[in-house]
Amino acid sequence: MSLKRSVRREFLKRGAALAGGLGLGAAKPAVGQTPAPGAFIKGTDERVAYGERSQYVTSTRIPHGGRPSPDAFGLDFHIAAPLQDSVGVITPSSLHYVGTTRGSFTPNIDPAEHRLMIHGMVERPLIFTVDELKRLPSVTRMHFIECAGNRANRRHTTVQETHGMTSCAEWTGVLLSTLLNEAGVQEGGNWIVAEGVEEVKGASSIPMSKAMDDCLVCYGMNGEAVRPQQGFPLRLLAPGFEGILSVKWLRRIKVVDQFYMTYSDYGHLRQDADDAALSLQIGPKSVITYPSGGQQLAGRGFYEIKGLAWSGGGAVARVEVSTDGGRNWTDAQIRGTAHRMAHTRFTLNWEWDGSESELMSRCTDELGSVQPMRAQITEYWTQRGQPGRVRGQDNSIQPWRVESDGSVHNAIT
Amino acid sequence: MRLLKLLPLLILLVGSAQAQSPTFGIGRTPSADEIRAWDISIGPTGEELPPGQGSAVEGAQVYLQKACVGCHGVAGVGGPAPRLVKNERRANADPWSLGRILPIRSPYATTVWDFINRGMPLNAEGTLTANEVYALTAYLFFLNDLVEEDEVLDAQNLPNVEMPNRDNWAPLPDWWKPGLPRLVDYPY
Repeated sequence: MSLKRSVRREFLKRGAALAGGLGLGAAKPAVGQTPAPGAFIKGTDERVAYGERSQYVTSTRIPHGGRPSPDAFGLDFHIAAPLQDSVGVITPSSLHYVGTTRGSFTPNIDPAEHRLMIHGMVERPLIFTVDELKRLPSVTRMHFIECAGNRANRRHTTVQETHGMTSCAEWTGVLLSTLLNEAGVQEGGNWIVAEGVEEVKGASSIPMSKAMDDCLVCYGMNGEAVRPQQGFPLRLLAPGFEGILSVKWLRRIKVVDQFYMTYSDYGHLRQDADDAALSLQIGPKSVITYPSGGQQLAGRGFYEIKGLAWSGGGAVARVEVSTDGGRNWTDAQIRGTAHRMAHTRFTLNWEWDGSESELMSRCTDELGSVQPMRAQITEYWTQRGQPGRVRGQDNSIQPWRVESDGSVHNAIT
Repeated sequence: MRLLKLLPLLILLVGSAQAQSPTFGIGRTPSADEIRAWDISIGPTGEELPPGQGSAVEGAQVYLQKACVGCHGVAGVGGPAPRLVKNERRANADPWSLGRILPIRSPYATTVWDFINRGMPLNAEGTLTANEVYALTAYLFFLNDLVEEDEVLDAQNLPNVEMPNRDNWAPLPDWWKPGLPRLVDYPY
């Protein structure tokens, strides 16, 4: 018998012994790591062509606002992303939040038939096919989109309800400035009106300074084509601005001389000048996603607190975390790169001693703007003779209360 | 040597010439007809409004014919779709207190015309004629006490309908630029 064969014999014997031991339950935990006989995922043609997640992963979006479907009648129906299950900073396209207006359907657009027109106060009106846009110099950037209505209240129970109408994706497309320069903006062309092709032809006015700065005409999202719910085949992205300005199913950009007061603009209109100044660009904001409302801690011991921070004012510069209701703050770690106008993951090591705790996070952006407590916002406006509610978008600090039994609850009062 | 001295100037000239002309030469020029067909934006001045006209009396008919009543209710109240008539709880109230109701809160009459034209009626959006849109707009303004029932609205007078919020809204501040804090002295 050769040495090789004897080694193999030895291995087979020992392997058999090990298997026997498992059969007797001597190493029970390991059994759970071995799929039961026959428990495998068949490599069907469909799965070979386009993969899917495990059946054991059940994280899903939820309708926000209580309506069962966006096709049902609704003024503004939104679908919230499951931030409580998020890891990293990319929201998977299938879980990205969706904002719709007037019970909007999702148009089913053949990209070969789709066109983008640029006209109005330009030297050369232009029409582009999607393929033509793909020939132009491209950029790929991480950006969040957030609905202006992403406001937390005390009745919400989970982070999906308090903050689920924001998501972050890697967007690929052409800078809008590239297209506007190609068309040649005329003197006095201070605004654009961007319009979609869906049934209500949703349109938004955007200042030219923003349009020329960093707006994107996107055909790509998270490494593939933009999803229909996100505007396939073309979506305008206005980084850091209220989500409604990131016009989906983009078909037309008109350069104009003034704010055009479209129906969508009217819906976001403000009466007060300070309110208006706060309304367009999302303020510095963050939320702890783990532990967050509705989750359950297993017991005292080590936990990594995880959360997301973002700002319409640029990159996240700093995130602090408090575990005692805001009395003491500790700098959190920024995980990965803090991209401009993008979700940024932060973490903090935490040894939970089993006592009731209140978790909070606070974001500071590159402009030096600091995320406020709800009470600070009220105080600021009260001092200026305008007491009451949170103005602009709600970027206030979200408190989560961890009870001594490990359950986690919304602590907004 | 002489040429070398002129070089910066030459670069400048060429550079500015490039800014005036397309760089990539991709995309085609739409015809005037194509632009007209696609351009449904109606700005506050109403310069894009098409020819046509309509009164509230006619609009009340269109409101029934086009089944607006099925979603918005009789005379703009009581349907599953948004209410179209102001909620008048007390006289001389701030127009903002009348509710988020398009034909009364909108600062410009053109926004009302534009949205009926682009977004109504449900499942047949964009099929109304210009006359029908003028008539419906007049009807909604009549229901909100902004025009008389026989007043005829057209491209010339529609932009001049006196909306109560005409100057009662806050535009983006003049100083606004991308990358600035949102509000001066606001620490958040």
